[in-house]
Amino acid sequence: MLQKLYDWIDERIDITPIWRDIADHEVPEHVNPAHHFSAFVYCFGGLTFFVVVIQILSGMFLTMYYVPDIENAWKSVYYLQTEVAHGQIVRGMHHWGASVVIVMLLLHTLRVFFQGAYKKPRELNWIVGVLIFFVMLGLGFTGYLLPWDNKAYFATQVGLEIAEQVPFIGEQLKTLLAGDANIVGAQTLTRFFAIHVFFLPAALFGLLAAHFILIRRQGISGPL
Amino acid sequence: MSDKKQQVSRRQFLNYTLTGVGGFMAAGLLVSPIRMAIDPVLKESSSGDLVNVGLSVDDITSEPQRVDWTVEQVDGWYESEPSRSAWVYKEDNGDIVALSPICTHLGCVVSWEGSEQYPNQFFCPCHDGRYEKDGTNVPGTPPLAPLAVYEQEVRDGMLFLGNTISREGA
Repeated sequence: MLQKLYDWIDERIDITPIWRDIADHEVPEHVNPAHHFSAFVYCFGGLTFFVVVIQILSGMFLTMYYVPDIENAWKSVYYLQTEVAHGQIVRGMHHWGASVVIVMLLLHTLRVFFQGAYKKPRELNWIVGVLIFFVMLGLGFTGYLLPWDNKAYFATQVGLEIAEQVPFIGEQLKTLLAGDANIVGAQTLTRFFAIHVFFLPAALFGLLAAHFILIRRQGISGPL
Repeated sequence: MSDKKQQVSRRQFLNYTLTGVGGFMAAGLLVSPIRMAIDPVLKESSSGDLVNVGLSVDDITSEPQRVDWTVEQVDGWYESEPSRSAWVYKEDNGDIVALSPICTHLGCVVSWEGSEQYPNQFFCPCHDGRYEKDGTNVPGTPPLAPLAVYEQEVRDGMLFLGNTISREGA
């Protein structure tokens, strides 16, 4: 049945070469844990991506209940946490996943660093990776405010004051982030929400695409 | 069935295993989000209690009068008191009739004798829909069903109204 459906589509638009190009490539022996168990260190990049997929999925479902408004944000989070079936689990996935992403990302970075895999010709991919790291930190920072509880509020207060320390443009930068020169409030929350669910994910997708295209083009770095 | 043993090739075996494991992981990942997404469908809807609309039964006449009251509504994390209204009158045998003012055509609000041209009828200003006093839609006007009636009860001489019950078209 599925085979027939596939054949029907393939006959018309010839999709086989497309997915073969994406999926069909050899895993070199030195990165295959079946040959050398120590090769498990090569999994961290993939694991980071896997957790990112979990973050995207759980985040999509959380926005079914969440409202980015200072009157209702906390209440909606409380509602989905206490009244909605499995709401606690989905929010838990997003909450813990946010930390796991950073951990996996750091392990991946350490592997690339200590193996010297960032060296020529892969410097560009290292740069893209560092940009992804910054985007991830941004996602963590903006997402932290969204439950609109005391911890979120004061953490953001501190974060904004750190941004204010930037030379020359500090104050403008803080106002740009907070939406108001003095208040951390309604406009801050909507801004952080927009950044968290639209701007940074868009940037992340672009950077991830570049990261993956580069690794496919250049291949995995050779054994030590 | 042929005698020949069905051989599973190494490639097939790996395909099945990987698809199975992958499917299991994807399913495990999606169970909770999907259960959460469909929760409103599975939640029991709270059947609204009857509410005192502040109208004494003695004050109800054979002439439809409009009553307005508020109900307590819990919408997820948001609680509010939206208003409801009804056209209430007493039939000759003493039965109380409470009609919803929502036009069954497209949801505008009808009024008793809302048009001078049509006395003794409910009139909808949006598309000139009309209903008889008992809520039956007048044939030839836009509505295809009678006005809905409220669940009702009389307690201590006061009128209590609940949800509306829609009726079949005439």
